[in-house]
Amino acid sequence: MMLALSSHLNTYLTIAAFLFACGIYGLIHHRSLIGMLISGELVLSGASLNMMAFNRFLAPDPTVGQIFTLFIMGIAAAEAAIALSIIIAVYRNYKSIDAEDLQDLQG
Amino acid sequence: MGSNLYSADGLAGVVFLGLVAATVAGALVAVSAKRLVRSVAGLSLCFTGVAGLYYFLNSPFVAMMELLIYVGAVCVAIIFAVMLAEPRSEEKVGKGGGLSAVFGIIASGIVFFGLRKVAITSHWSAATKAINNGSLTEVGASLMTSYSMVFELISVVLLVAIIGALVLAHPGRDK
Repeated sequence: MMLALSSHLNTYLTIAAFLFACGIYGLIHHRSLIGMLISGELVLSGASLNMMAFNRFLAPDPTVGQIFTLFIMGIAAAEAAIALSIIIAVYRNYKSIDAEDLQDLQG
Repeated sequence: MGSNLYSADGLAGVVFLGLVAATVAGALVAVSAKRLVRSVAGLSLCFTGVAGLYYFLNSPFVAMMELLIYVGAVCVAIIFAVMLAEPRSEEKVGKGGGLSAVFGIIASGIVFFGLRKVAITSHWSAATKAINNGSLTEVGASLMTSYSMVFELISVVLLVAIIGALVLAHPGRDK
């Protein structure tokens, strides 16, 4: 039954796996550093959705998953800030954010 | 359980399907768009859908935080970075562009179907009895008692991240 999907654990786990797989694809395929950062955010989002699904359906203490997800959000925000400042520093030096242009040490 | 489309449960099911569609479409746009601005737009659509899914998982506070932090802060920060550091509008497709797409699809397909098979075939034992109702009050109480150390540590992590971002991005601003 399509309309009762929201009360099944497997629905959320499948969506989380899809987000994770999309992130993996983006990490492999994207050539710019910002595109890789976006894919990394998708991976983290899939992990958070997994935590929240287990929290809703399986955990005896329903606050644990919420707190875990809040901490993932904090870490992801810090990671995005650091990664973006590194990207801007890289752009200032190389005039490019393409991952293949950053090859000073290649002979 | 919600077999009628016009009952409250059926309407909630339709809203849920819409949120799933937004999440999936946003994720697909985010990884397949040629221009970075469209990727960021897809990412924010995806995060909005995920926030709705959190609402369906009995966590309205986490849903609001998802909207505030991801859609409101992270996506806007990425858009600022795109404006500051995108030399050309199109992503250049050099050597190995098609090959990396093929390998990416193979790898992500393996990951997706593997995870999905594990999720469906596993036997998840249900919780015995919830010891609280998971409301915002309970979340705040356990954040201040059981997880107070982690709470302090993540404040330090965020402070270090702010200072580190300033230190990394500051040199050369006067050029």
